[in-house]
Amino acid sequence: MEITPDTSSYMIAGFVVTFVTMGIYIASLYIRNRNLLQDVETLESMQTEKPKSAKK
Amino acid sequence: MQSKSIALTILDVVSIILLAISTYLALFFAPTELIMGQVQRVFYFHIGTAWVGLLGFVLAAISGVIYLITKDMKWDRFEVAAVEVSTMFFFITIVLGSIWARPAWNTWWTWDPRLTTAAVTELIYIAYFMLRQGIDDPEKRARFGAVYTILGGVSAPITFMVIRLFRTIHPVIIGAANANQEKMSMTGDMKVAFFFALFAFTVIFIDLMWHRIRLGNLEEKVEQLKLKVSM
Repeated sequence: MEITPDTSSYMIAGFVVTFVTMGIYIASLYIRNRNLLQDVETLESMQTEKPKSAKK
Repeated sequence: MQSKSIALTILDVVSIILLAISTYLALFFAPTELIMGQVQRVFYFHIGTAWVGLLGFVLAAISGVIYLITKDMKWDRFEVAAVEVSTMFFFITIVLGSIWARPAWNTWWTWDPRLTTAAVTELIYIAYFMLRQGIDDPEKRARFGAVYTILGGVSAPITFMVIRLFRTIHPVIIGAANANQEKMSMTGDMKVAFFFALFAFTVIFIDLMWHRIRLGNLEEKVEQLKLKVSM
């Protein structure tokens, strides 16, 4: 009878890679989104300040 | 500012639940494969990520065609989202395949037709971002990107079909194999885990695509604001 090999460490490595890669990607989406929202805020405030300085 | 819709929040929650169930089915519900042992459990995620990876590359090619016809930038944003999310999933597919190959084939990597076409496909889409990075004009970037994804899209069906057309050591899961090829047979519980993983990764793919498209819309808004401020 053939004995099933112990390949548990490879299985764990596979699931770790899957979750870590997806986690990194989701974190990158979150960070890029946060940075862009900050950019929008900065640019919108610059835009509202611009007409005021033009009047002066 | 874009506020997150309720539908997207629900989809986020559903995606997390589906991923958790799919992990449970792969790890505990499906029986242990007798020849390969526990490592065979990565196969469910390997196929799930491969499916959405190739699906995204085909969707990117279709959106490339639509962009070239309509010149509507929303299709460019859709294309970028599809390529980015699929490149991430296809990277997981390749790494999982390599991890499975080590105990199954006694090597991390071999230049088998399936592995080679998969690696070439991944490199094509990594190069897509390098191409876009090098073009400043948004319309030119979108046009070049669209043509590139249409040409690159050919690699997806080639990668899928290659194990059916050439001699290869990669097992065939879906469809009839040649007499020379190894066809993986699954028990009922394995089929449940397999089809659930396909479904779960499809939902996760849609969820991530939606998030990436929203990010693209925000990038567009920043570009427009920069133009207004600089005038």
